[in-house]
Amino acid sequence: MKYSALALLRGALSGPDSWSPAWRSPEPKPEYEVIVIGAGGHGLATAYYLARNHGIRNVAVLERGWLGGGNTGRNTTIVRSNYLFPESARLYEFSLRLYESLTRELNFNIMLSQRGLILLAHSRHDLDAMSRWANAMRMNGIDAELLSRDEVAAAAPLLNLSPEARFPILGGFTQRRAGTARHDAVAWGYARAADALGVDILQNCEVRGFTRDAHGGVTGVETSRGPIRAGRIGIAAAGHSSVLARLAGFSLPVTSYALQAMVTEPTKPALDTVVLSPGTGAYVSQSDKGEMVLGASLDLFPSYAQRGSFALTQGILASTLAIFPSFSRLRLMRQWAGIVDVVHDSSPIIGPTPVPNLFINCGWGTGGFKGIPVGGWTLAHVLATGRSHELAEPFQLERFYTGRLIDEAAAAGIAH
Amino acid sequence: MMLLSCPWCGPRDENEFACAGTTHIVRPGPEVSDAEWGRYLFFRANPKGVHRERWRHVYGCGQWFNVARDTVTHQVLAVYRMTEPPPAVPGEGP
Ligand SMILES: Cc1cc2nc3c(=O)[nH]c(=O)nc-3n(C[C@H](O)[C@H](O)[C@H](O)COP(=O)(O)OP(=O)(O)OC[C@H]3O[C@@H](n4cnc5c(N)ncnc54)[C@H](O)[C@@H]3O)c2cc1C
Ligand SMILES: [Zn+2]
Repeated sequence: MKYSALALLRGALSGPDSWSPAWRSPEPKPEYEVIVIGAGGHGLATAYYLARNHGIRNVAVLERGWLGGGNTGRNTTIVRSNYLFPESARLYEFSLRLYESLTRELNFNIMLSQRGLILLAHSRHDLDAMSRWANAMRMNGIDAELLSRDEVAAAAPLLNLSPEARFPILGGFTQRRAGTARHDAVAWGYARAADALGVDILQNCEVRGFTRDAHGGVTGVETSRGPIRAGRIGIAAAGHSSVLARLAGFSLPVTSYALQAMVTEPTKPALDTVVLSPGTGAYVSQSDKGEMVLGASLDLFPSYAQRGSFALTQGILASTLAIFPSFSRLRLMRQWAGIVDVVHDSSPIIGPTPVPNLFINCGWGTGGFKGIPVGGWTLAHVLATGRSHELAEPFQLERFYTGRLIDEAAAAGIAH
Repeated sequence: MMLLSCPWCGPRDENEFACAGTTHIVRPGPEVSDAEWGRYLFFRANPKGVHRERWRHVYGCGQWFNVARDTVTHQVLAVYRMTEPPPAVPGEGP
């Protein structure tokens, strides 16, 4: 069914039963050409692009819970391409461009809102670092503008602009094409479009092991719904990447941490851009429902528990109130966490693994929502062709042996 | 909030401590291959279950110590000094 204004009108007149489910819930087939493990944004996008770009439709996406129930459904939904190094700039800019046309491509409103993202400078050094950063972006052909203190004040008047503030605001810079997208819609849109092209999405289907041939290559998976054979397998399991790698007999340079976020009660429109203060760690935007969405830094000890520690919650609230004092009047509604897959250089890994026929997309850590379109695009490419996509070439597992890291964390000091 | 027991100061709140990741890693000599060196620097078991890790009582006595902790429940299974041999704990895989 094509979604349109006319379909909406027809649905309104003929009642809720006239809508068909957005995707099927099929029984597993004994064999697929490609299996993708994990129905988060990356796994679903991979399945969609396998069908759409490569004509491979005999594909299953296996999900141990419900689709979009991992980090994709838990993130603070910021999308941007303001990275420092050329390799990352190319990767994330390609992703942002795919996002810009995704609603039409998928016939599903992902509610992309390019409201801009402002990074705050709290010191002379921040100002210097940000001019370098913004200039690097422009050299890479990506929009970036330095902002004076007054321009920041005009864009977000609720900020604590007092010169006496603990973290005074001296200026900043913005990427105007950055913004937010509806996280569930991205998962649902890819799921519906992949399903329409013949992909089976198998929920409540946990992968518990791999079957292998005489050369050690994978030939299928053992799941909670029985064994399923496959020619090629892709892993897109974020915080659980190491668990799957161990089942397949290799290890990854990944540590799993809880990343938490929280929302306040809804309020009137008060903030129409995204504000990030790297100095304090505060990361704030207002959702379409009116909640203030507060991002956070990692709980810095390994964890597979999907809850954030209270010690850090307090810290995040303190940082947020330091830059938005008036938010102290808002009540907190919900706090939650997702398990993210952190690597040393904060850049993803997209490509082959040491195991024949097994490929992986992981390492996005705190910032892979913005990377969903390109993560899916490039994992589909290597699954279909056996060769890494040009954009993904610098992002191979090998770099942890050669030392050719793409150290975005140290260079830019940004989370998410 | 986790409660960790510093071997010197006793039970204290989590925010007095900092975790420095996997413990009992042995540094290989300079003669090893790039692959071996890469494994030493970056590759970790990252278990879902019992993890042996080192913590430091940063906002306290400043001392380092080892902890065996379940990464799913966050239950602390053992605390022992840097020079002590690792005690056995329940639920640890091979
Ligand atoms: C609080 C928070 C805020 C964030 N904010 C941002 C942000 O503002 N911007 C941004 O770009 N990124 C952000 N991120 C990061 C982003 O959410 C992730 O990088 C991204 O969603 C990862 O997508 P994914 O599809 O790889 O993983 P997921 O969405 O986690 O999907 C992986 C799926 O694999 C499944 N799975 C695991 N093991 C198995 C198994 N054995 N068998 C079958 N299925 C399995 C899981 O159930 C899960 O559904 C944030 C993350 C968190 C937690
Ligand atoms: Zn102590």
